[in-house]
Amino acid sequence: MPARPVPAHRDPIRPGAATPIVISIDGDPVSGVEGQTIAGVVLATGRLAWRRTSVDGRPRGLFCGIGVCFDCIVTVNGERDVRACQRRAGDGDVVESQHDELPEAAR
Amino acid sequence: MIAAIRTRTVLVVGAGPAGLAAARAARERGASVILLDASDATGGQYWRHLPPSRPSANERALHHGWSTYRALHDELERDDGCEIVLGAQVWAIERTDASDVTDASGGADASAVTDASASTDAATVPAPVAVHVLVGPPDGTRRVGRTFRPDALVLATGAHDRTLPFPGWDLPGVFTAGAAQAFAKGERVALGGRVVVAGAGPFLLPVAASVAATGAKVLGVYEASRVAGLVRGWLPKPWQLIGAAKKGGELAGYVGSHLRHRIPYVTGRAVVAAHGADRVEAVTIAEVDADWAPIAGTERRVETDAVCVSHGFTPRLELPIAAGCELTPERFVRVDDGQRTSVAGVYAAGEITGIGGVDAALAEGEIAGHVAAGGSARDADLGAAVGARRTFAGFAARIEAAHGIRSGWTSWLDDDTLVCRCEEVPYGRLRDTREATCGSGLRSMKLTTRAGLGICQGRICGRTVEELLGAGPDVGGEDDAGHAASAGLETAAGGLFDRRSDAGGLLDRRATTDRRPIASPLRIGELAAAEDPTTSTTHTVRKGHP
Repeated sequence: MPARPVPAHRDPIRPGAATPIVISIDGDPVSGVEGQTIAGVVLATGRLAWRRTSVDGRPRGLFCGIGVCFDCIVTVNGERDVRACQRRAGDGDVVESQHDELPEAAR
Repeated sequence: MIAAIRTRTVLVVGAGPAGLAAARAARERGASVILLDASDATGGQYWRHLPPSRPSANERALHHGWSTYRALHDELERDDGCEIVLGAQVWAIERTDASDVTDASGGADASAVTDASASTDAATVPAPVAVHVLVGPPDGTRRVGRTFRPDALVLATGAHDRTLPFPGWDLPGVFTAGAAQAFAKGERVALGGRVVVAGAGPFLLPVAASVAATGAKVLGVYEASRVAGLVRGWLPKPWQLIGAAKKGGELAGYVGSHLRHRIPYVTGRAVVAAHGADRVEAVTIAEVDADWAPIAGTERRVETDAVCVSHGFTPRLELPIAAGCELTPERFVRVDDGQRTSVAGVYAAGEITGIGGVDAALAEGEIAGHVAAGGSARDADLGAAVGARRTFAGFAARIEAAHGIRSGWTSWLDDDTLVCRCEEVPYGRLRDTREATCGSGLRSMKLTTRAGLGICQGRICGRTVEELLGAGPDVGGEDDAGHAASAGLETAAGGLFDRRSDAGGLLDRRATTDRRPIASPLRIGELAAAEDPTTSTTHTVRKGHP
């Protein structure tokens, strides 16, 4: 079973109502609730990776979860290098995954 | 002329347990307080919680000491004498007493600057620092710059997970234990269905409890330290545990949770590899000896979809180092009985002074805030905090004794195991560079390999790179001063072995690893906008690099 949100009806904290939001990830609409981070919204769909590394083109997603490692960076509404685990998702956010190639000289 | 009644301004950086306690204590002593946190909520990692937009009836079920947090938070929030600034990323601390700074007073932001008439008050000398902050959404392009010049600065920046590399640790589905904790508490997301928790230290227990409370099945908690080591660490002075009754209660809660969820707790085991193509599908768990070296023939493959691994904590030292605070040989901020650092007017509390847990952090924070506001550590109203600090003082050393990283872990590395995740530097390249250069200095080896020079500024791999590169015979011992002393060399401050030096010599490990003059990646445009006209800083910044 992949990553997923805790089912509200089984959550011991008894969550109240939250406001639904929709963001887009690489053009695909994804639903979440207000207050989730972008990483939270994406992970809740079961998707673990949303970036490719520059050297080996390997998939990356969440690692440290507290804003330290920068593995989870995405482009949000045109702003690059935003930590998905730190930025709250806003309704209508346009999120693009980053696959930054190395500059020619560094290959 | 009536003398101006001078209110001391105390700036607290970090709104976790230590910072919250410091802010409240400073207010009780009559200071004006500004409390900063990079997050958009107070509570720190320990009390990381759901935002107000996601209300719930029983959030306290996820936390220890929730009522303590609510009381601290609510009291500070309704207090007009305390300004809480969230989304506040400190990106630099500048020493204002350096010879090249001509104007240490005034500034673009007057909120932290006391009335000019107060300069006649000789009783207090302001902390010699300017704290530069960007306020706004994380990594946003339109954050607003503020600069604070407080009378006293309390640093309570905490710590983050230290995860040692192992083959496959860069696969999606491998997380730090802190990530599992943060997403369980702050997002209500289960990172997987069948979860392995591994590494070392008592923190693995609350992590497993949090993961289990997301409905995931925790396959086991695998603690690398062996029972003998745990006994050595925790049992020499068992009476201390009685004094630390609250800590005992917290641990008992976790044990109870584990029994309820039937989570196996296995010692002397480590995750030595993760497997999968584009995400983790399985791990290899092996028995390890007392030095954490895997024992051949004990490997066992376990199918899993999430692996949460932490081997300890790294204190967040860049701000104390930038302020000029002296470190201990164990590389925490050195403080005295009033939580004063070596820099007048600068105080430190919480995990940056030693990994001691929440109760130690609350006690240290209270003392730091009280003294920063002009009080004394011997004041009667600090009695309980001083007692608590004494009770928990042994915890950091005992955690280190029982769970500290042992050298044998390097034998689970393969040549192609990434050590630096940002710059994708494999272990083989690090080892070859060390051998080819005979360990010619950490700084030059890092520049050659690019290990630790990526966007995380070496926060994840810094100390690991240092150990891997410094393991050769040419590099000195753990402690600069100790090494220098044993070699009969001069250790005067500013000399060859000054631990604040970044000259690049053999003995500069501490400085190059933990030192980040630009404390957080920021955009060139923001830097230009935030430039304070009263100071002449001329940093050249390449984004994301220290």
